[in-house]
Amino acid sequence: MSDPMPTPASPRSNGSGRSGPPLWLLLELTYRCPLHCVFCYNPTDFRSVGPELETAEWLRVLEEARELGSVQLGLSGGEPLVREDLETIVAAAHRLGFYTNLITSGVGLTETRLQGLRQGGLDHIQLSFQDSTRVMNDFLSSTRTFELKSRAAALIKKHHYPMVLNVVLHRLNIDHVEEILDMAERMGADYVELANTQYYGWAWRNRDELLPTRAQLQRAEDVTARFRERVGPRMRVFFVVPDYFETRPKPCMSGLGRVFLGIAPDGIALPCQAARMLPGLAFPNVREASLGSIWYDSPAFNRYRGEDWMKEPCRSCPERSRDFGGCRCQAYLLTGDAANADPVCDLSPHHHLVTEAVDRAERRGTARASEHPLVFRDHR
Amino acid sequence: MGSLDTAARPTVAQGFRLQWEPAQEAHVLLYPEGMVKLNQSAAAILTRCNGRRTVADIVTDLESTYGLAGLTQDVCAFIALAVERTWLELLS
Repeated sequence: MSDPMPTPASPRSNGSGRSGPPLWLLLELTYRCPLHCVFCYNPTDFRSVGPELETAEWLRVLEEARELGSVQLGLSGGEPLVREDLETIVAAAHRLGFYTNLITSGVGLTETRLQGLRQGGLDHIQLSFQDSTRVMNDFLSSTRTFELKSRAAALIKKHHYPMVLNVVLHRLNIDHVEEILDMAERMGADYVELANTQYYGWAWRNRDELLPTRAQLQRAEDVTARFRERVGPRMRVFFVVPDYFETRPKPCMSGLGRVFLGIAPDGIALPCQAARMLPGLAFPNVREASLGSIWYDSPAFNRYRGEDWMKEPCRSCPERSRDFGGCRCQAYLLTGDAANADPVCDLSPHHHLVTEAVDRAERRGTARASEHPLVFRDHR
Repeated sequence: MGSLDTAARPTVAQGFRLQWEPAQEAHVLLYPEGMVKLNQSAAAILTRCNGRRTVADIVTDLESTYGLAGLTQDVCAFIALAVERTWLELLS
């Protein structure tokens, strides 16, 4: 009985043989959503995506994923509550042994639906503060959206879930971090994640409008630190710095094809929610192939698995096993080649593309540039 | 750590789930968007934390199952750590 210390999960590297199982399964049940967020990472051409999977198809995906060894299930979208079969999907996932996480804006979360989800065995809810800038102002002035979020928050607490609030930050709301934290406190939040926008999808289109200045970021961090000091452990606040301000890339998805498997509404399997944009990859569809063959054998999942695909400076970098070269989508969006180092890394020859974007934001200050209006995610 | 009451009845905390994963050939502890893979000793202790057995019962059970003696300190240390990490709750 010596050494009863648990070891944290460490998915096997695939340098030697077969990769580990897709421990983390994310089902993007629908791209439909009542909101129109400017920072949404859903594909900007989501309207041209084919029909959503039927209930029975989602259930088959769950069964196959459990057989492969998936344990964590994220149910997301779009707004997953738009799917009327969400309760059925949750109950099936729970029976199969998944730990089920619902990622929702709270729009459509009624007492009846939450009861159904609770009975089905839903383990966890993350309430996202996902709103457009116009509505953000409503929220900050305690109008309709605030009422809606408060109702959702109260329901979540009533059903004994921890109240986990996720707030996406960008230039147009980052100066309101103090008000946002105060409201989270009033809602009785247990955890708040202040996540700076990541620049994919609609957020990429709006990047220059959304990137904060260094001074804004610093102020927000200071406010957060003071808030933490005042509130103590009863409310935990995580502040995620936008990676454009870093000098090393994030270990995106813990490496593509290592732990994460995402299924888009139309059944396309993705090694990262944003990967749909990557060129030259034929992403397999769960309607046409088994999850096992998709995960282990498809070229799309093997393309950026391991380290063989890397170019310099990643290929010989001692940090490559820690950050996996960063994010393939970011490399592609900024440099045009997904196999390049993520330009967030200051060892990348393209790092200037990131610093130039930050400098542009700096020069523009907090004034809105009228020549580039924000593009609100729409549905038409 | 020495202050752990051996009459307390530990149980896996709300929001956590303990289960055997064939694909990993291990017990895992699941929590929101995360997982801890447990080694055999940790799993042997945690699977006995059902809210009915006391810490003392668990020690006795482990000592007889594994034919070992003097496990109290190790087991208490691990349970205290698991409580600190909020994996376990102590019922009194």
